[in-house]
Amino acid sequence: MKTIDLQEHTVRDLNQALHDQAGECTIREWEVLEPKGQHNIACGLDQSLAVDIKGHAGYFCAGMNKKAHVTIFGNAGQGVAENMMSGTVRVKGDASQAAGATAHGGLLVIEGNAGARCGISMKGVDIIVKGNVGHMSCFMGQAGSLVVCGDAGDALGDSLYETHIYVKGSVKSLGADCIEKEMREEHIEELTELLNRAGVEEDPTAFKRYGSARQLYNFKVDNASAY
Amino acid sequence: MCGIVGLYLKNKALESQLGALFTPMLIAMTDRGPDSAGFAIYGDEVPDGSTKLTLRHIDENYDWGSLAGSIKDDLDVTVDWFKNSKVAVFKVGCEAEVIQNYLTEKEADILILSAGQSIEILKEVGLPENIADTFNLVSMKGSHIIGHTRMATESAVTMEGSHPFSTGQDLCLVHNGSLSNHNRLREELKREGVTFQTENDSEVAAGYLTNRLRKGDTLNEALQGALKDLDGFFTFTIGTRDGFAVVRDPIACKPAVMAETDDYVAMASEYQALTTLPGIENAKVWEPEPETIYVWERDQ
Repeated sequence: MKTIDLQEHTVRDLNQALHDQAGECTIREWEVLEPKGQHNIACGLDQSLAVDIKGHAGYFCAGMNKKAHVTIFGNAGQGVAENMMSGTVRVKGDASQAAGATAHGGLLVIEGNAGARCGISMKGVDIIVKGNVGHMSCFMGQAGSLVVCGDAGDALGDSLYETHIYVKGSVKSLGADCIEKEMREEHIEELTELLNRAGVEEDPTAFKRYGSARQLYNFKVDNASAY
Repeated sequence: MCGIVGLYLKNKALESQLGALFTPMLIAMTDRGPDSAGFAIYGDEVPDGSTKLTLRHIDENYDWGSLAGSIKDDLDVTVDWFKNSKVAVFKVGCEAEVIQNYLTEKEADILILSAGQSIEILKEVGLPENIADTFNLVSMKGSHIIGHTRMATESAVTMEGSHPFSTGQDLCLVHNGSLSNHNRLREELKREGVTFQTENDSEVAAGYLTNRLRKGDTLNEALQGALKDLDGFFTFTIGTRDGFAVVRDPIACKPAVMAETDDYVAMASEYQALTTLPGIENAKVWEPEPETIYVWERDQ
């Protein structure tokens, strides 16, 4: 295992060392010490690495992640795992706004609460939040799943496309075109699998499912002639 | 962009270190605001019936000693004063209105940065590090302090347009964001007797709170009103003689993070500004919720 102390090395040094593993992997396990809220830690990884960040991270931590398994032993700032393609990002504390924004794949687990706009414009990532999510979560979510074991804030799932949303607690309000949907057997199975992957113990039958009513402009075939 | 920082001490034993604890917090927010910086520190109180003022004059070599002499003679009150860089701190043995009216009439070129029993506002154009140095922030004492590093948007880079803004006694405000209804609101507040020194949007927010507090609102009530009446983006940190408050607009796109231990409550735009505080590793660290008012006040 390689240890890098961010009070002795720059984030750029760390990220370069991690990127150097993309071709031939010589060190699988990495430990990052004293992150002290710095931005852009462990961004753009492209190798099956395990990276443990021991402390609070700043903005865009583990952004654009591919294949790697990044764990933040603290809170994460805005845009954690934004645009992730694959791999796993786990936040042991809370995440600020726009967690998992635009992410195409992989698994994002937030063990605390997530702020506003969690999963905004998500495109295939699976996000599991053990606590609550803030307002406008899953705004324009296109694919993937958002699981919230606590409560959701205002305007959940506004202008949603095909993302599946599961919430155990209360939803303060639903966004435009987002509705509660029936929880069928296939959804229980999907949710069970998501909770298992995240290592979260919850009863899947206690959740409600939300999705798109498909009533907005882009769902109307009459509008197809505009293009 | 802008950076804001605040530190409120719960443990009185730390009051002698307030400036030393706060200096690295302000400097850590340089990336968010390199144009100007300022801070409002609360401490070194004058007794009831007396007033403390922070003053500046257009002429950097202005004779403050002679002004002190005139105040003594003309108003027949005690005057104690000292100079800190380009700013003079005056402690005058009369009510705030009396000395403020006197100064306005006597010296149009004097700018009153703050007035109250506890507050001192020090601000300047330039890098936060230089400003902390200029005013010797590191050796300052007090109970709480709020600061701002500015990246200018809605008005020019000037000392006057720097934060914190104060429009009422012992009240000040720092703002990250921008307000869109400040022009109309400024006119309304002017009609109600609030005076403004700049065209800055954040000063209007300070004026709004001053007006509400003057009418008898508690800080919490005034901030509830602000959430309704101020249109725009904001994370505010507000200082009063006894307290410290944080509030974010309902959209909450301007960042904020808070930390609390048995010794202090701290807020900053980014966690990076909190990392030098003692015991931060085990502090409760959280993001303040949108549209939620957080207030800490000392018991009197």
